[in-house]
Amino acid sequence: MTKTVPTAGFVRRFAGTLHRRPRLQLSLLLSAPVAWLVLAYLGSLAALFTSAFWTTDSFTSSVVKVWNTDNFTALFTTDVYRQVALRSIGVALVVTVLCAVIAFPVAFYTARIARPRWRPLLVVAILTPLWASYLVKAYAWRLMLAEGGLLDWLLAPLGLHGPGYGLTATVLVLTYLWLPYMILPIHAGLEQLPANLLDASADLGARTGRTFCLVVLPMILPSIAAGSIFTFSLSLGDYIAVQIVGGKTQLIGNLIYSNITLDLPLAAALGTVPVVIIVFYLLAVRRTGALSSL
Amino acid sequence: MNLSRPARITVRIAAVLGFAVIYIPLLLVVVNSLNPDRSSGWPPPGLTFHWWGDAWRSTGARAALWTSVKAGLGATAIALVLGTLIAFAVQRFRFFGRETISFVIVLPIALPGIVTGVALNTAFRTVLEPLGVGLGMFTVVVGHATFCVVVVFNNVVARLRRMAGSYEEAAMDLGAHTFRTFVDITFPLVRSALVAGGLLAFALSFDEIVVTTFTAGPGVQTLPIWIFSNMARPQQAPVVNVVAAVLVLLSVIPIYLAQRLSSDTASGSRI
Repeated sequence: MTKTVPTAGFVRRFAGTLHRRPRLQLSLLLSAPVAWLVLAYLGSLAALFTSAFWTTDSFTSSVVKVWNTDNFTALFTTDVYRQVALRSIGVALVVTVLCAVIAFPVAFYTARIARPRWRPLLVVAILTPLWASYLVKAYAWRLMLAEGGLLDWLLAPLGLHGPGYGLTATVLVLTYLWLPYMILPIHAGLEQLPANLLDASADLGARTGRTFCLVVLPMILPSIAAGSIFTFSLSLGDYIAVQIVGGKTQLIGNLIYSNITLDLPLAAALGTVPVVIIVFYLLAVRRTGALSSL
Repeated sequence: MNLSRPARITVRIAAVLGFAVIYIPLLLVVVNSLNPDRSSGWPPPGLTFHWWGDAWRSTGARAALWTSVKAGLGATAIALVLGTLIAFAVQRFRFFGRETISFVIVLPIALPGIVTGVALNTAFRTVLEPLGVGLGMFTVVVGHATFCVVVVFNNVVARLRRMAGSYEEAAMDLGAHTFRTFVDITFPLVRSALVAGGLLAFALSFDEIVVTTFTAGPGVQTLPIWIFSNMARPQQAPVVNVVAAVLVLLSVIPIYLAQRLSSDTASGSRI
């Protein structure tokens, strides 16, 4: 069938070479993306973390390329940095737990209780807000939490006030922002749960609560771990939501942001904190198989 | 699962509350864009489309939108090529470093945006600026592409995993060479996964603010940056309200399309 024009012959010969030599095929596939990842991404990260070992001239704010560990010493000895780092980790943990607690019933409903016909539609209903812009979602909460805003209006009959802008608002907004990232993996996990396991558990006399704790929860754990990667790490680095609704709250992202122009090496050293935490977190979570269920 | 009646009702109520929490803030944004008052108190004193006209004529918002579209298209194009290449390599071959590659590719979206942003910013300024390439559209596209690759990768890998290799083997048995097989068999089978991945990559790029902040020079303003810098300005508030409402309404489109095109879109989780 192939036309015997010279170019086609060349293509066919080349295809044959590739077919006989899978290693060549592999290296052709990999060279461009690996070059990109190494040069554009890993290279930049390496450059950043190298600069964490430099210092800044306090008069000119220009970077002095002398190797030292002053920034890291400052990181561990300055109270403010320690407080902010601990607060950020705390916020990230609380947000992750809140997301899991809110996400579970929603996912359980969409995956197992709603009528099968409605399930895909409900998944879309969860996905749509996921693709509403990050900024718009944070902005929505700025409106909700504003003085005299919707939340104040709703709580007024109860004689209460909304939390206003601050740390509570930050936690609320981050939870809202990352909630879909937690719902989706849990939904997927619950959907794949074999029904006969649940039946077996019921046949053997376990009530709902026991089945839930001994069968459902252990099998859903990797999904929760997968969701937690995003809720945790996105909260840990966030500074935009904090600027929008956080009032005077300081998280590590803000600290990095405010140091970038003044003291890049210090900002870089501060940046290593979330990176180290998250890389360890990813490595730990990888053991549960969560990364492949992302 | 045979839930007891009270348990079933509890889950139902919790789910309804969950959906309410997801949707009420977004509805508030849409309603607020019709608020005749410049302050955003609740309830609004009336409803008007006046600000929608103002927003339509806002040149700043339009220019920003156009910049975002261009950056998104550039980043998506690069991500499609790189993501597909890695997906084929990882799914079809067993090689040393395979695990590492699938780990590293997740990093740009798993690590905080500010770290990626500062890293790229430092690298661009130390390497590209001496070469005469300043921060601008090019650097924005490179930055966005770095974290968009993973979306394409995940979609294509999911498709390849489900695809039986037998079609390709059949084509080869019938005498088709590697490229012929790719064009006639493999590509049509992964096409919809590519489109879905591309759409999600575009949406991700369109929404990105942190990496953009650090990779865009002073002259390049994407829509998120425009919104963020105008959010605090009282006289711009009505236009920002409208732009936010439009974004809420538009967000339905990519997800609807992606959902229709491919059922294994990793259900669109961030990756």
